[in-house]
Amino acid sequence: MVTKRIIPCLDVKDGRTVKGTRFVALRDAGDPVALAKQYAAQGADELVFLDISATEERRKTLLSLVEKVAREVNIPFTVGGGIVSTQDVRELLEAGADKISINSAAVKNPELINELSQAFGSQCIVVAIDARKILNDWVVHIQGGKIPVNRKLFSWSLEAQERGAGEILFTSMDHDGTKSGFAIDALEKLNRLLTIPVIASGGAGHPEDFLRVFRLAGSDAALAASLFHFGVVSIPDLKLFLKNNGIPVRPAQNNSI
Amino acid sequence: MKTAVIRYNAGNIRSLCFALEKMSVPYTITDRIDEIQSADKVIFPGVGEASSTMNFLKGKQLDQVIKNLNQPVLGICLGMQLMCRSSEENNTDCLGIFDCEVKRIPQREGIKVPHMGWNRLTETSDWIPKRLKDAYFYFVHSYYVPAGVYTSASVNHGTPISAALRKDNFYAVQFHPEKSGDQGLVVLKTFLDL
Repeated sequence: MVTKRIIPCLDVKDGRTVKGTRFVALRDAGDPVALAKQYAAQGADELVFLDISATEERRKTLLSLVEKVAREVNIPFTVGGGIVSTQDVRELLEAGADKISINSAAVKNPELINELSQAFGSQCIVVAIDARKILNDWVVHIQGGKIPVNRKLFSWSLEAQERGAGEILFTSMDHDGTKSGFAIDALEKLNRLLTIPVIASGGAGHPEDFLRVFRLAGSDAALAASLFHFGVVSIPDLKLFLKNNGIPVRPAQNNSI
Repeated sequence: MKTAVIRYNAGNIRSLCFALEKMSVPYTITDRIDEIQSADKVIFPGVGEASSTMNFLKGKQLDQVIKNLNQPVLGICLGMQLMCRSSEENNTDCLGIFDCEVKRIPQREGIKVPHMGWNRLTETSDWIPKRLKDAYFYFVHSYYVPAGVYTSASVNHGTPISAALRKDNFYAVQFHPEKSGDQGLVVLKTFLDL
């Protein structure tokens, strides 16, 4: 049985992680490569790098980061942030990224999902969706959650799947940063609706939140950032907790075979 | 020793190259017939779609070259699937090294397609080291080779799936050894040490 995935997310700006960490073992907590290696050694199943730079040099900096990560880390990783074209994706994959994620660009130009999945295969195209519940609808937002658009979470996810997305990364803006648990109801519906894997994001605060998102919502993977960066929950402890509660996970010490 | 990594039209082979470098294995990335034929080991990687990749191989006459190689050849992921007779992915005729058909993973409750993530080897035999039984490897694929006579390792994803195959000098893995942590390197090294 394929195991449930635990995915730390690293926000990077101009080649550096921005939120910082409390990892005492790291001499330079802002170095994404050192952090990535640490997570891989701890048993993270995948990594996500979200580039939030806005400089003209961003592309070059990101590509060089991707290449360093691919050289140093032998688990899969996804790169997102500012990807708008087939050429962007080609460069990132050639630099060593395993998957790329698109968000606003897919909303503005849904055909991009078809183009990318045909060119590179569905398996490396992650469609990231940020949404917030307004009245009874989960309304999709773009530009880092700043702008609501005329699309709803469930229909947009389904459309992304039909267009060739290999995975959906859903962040509940209502839960993000609250540490009060994932958006279980929406994720449960999403998992029933879709045939492709769903990564849950937003709201992780305790190991129990991961247990709930896997057990109650049937998510395939769960993503968190600050929780891991600040050492509130360690990946080996989290995996042990999940395993003891009957969730199939890859043991954290797997890398030391 | 010379290892040739077959050059493709798409996909990430960078990680595979980094893994080879980590193991200090000299390699050439090539689509040249003479370089592939004269290599001691050939790695046939693959990320992408079956029919377009077969067309790419045919366009370079690599289809005939690959199936007539005598040295150890390792197919990875799509590379493994293309070594079979045919694939349900866009009804593609493949190389026919392994006389079996690549099928779409059946979708049902609780079974997502693509099969994406870490899965545990339930059976190991032949060239896959025994100690890797129960080890976890990283898989990403929507089509699969049912367990059969060539299977040397398997995993479960709603149905038994061939994780590794072998026939004569042709070796293949469905998972990504270059993305499967240290145990992935064990598999690569096993092949490279043949």
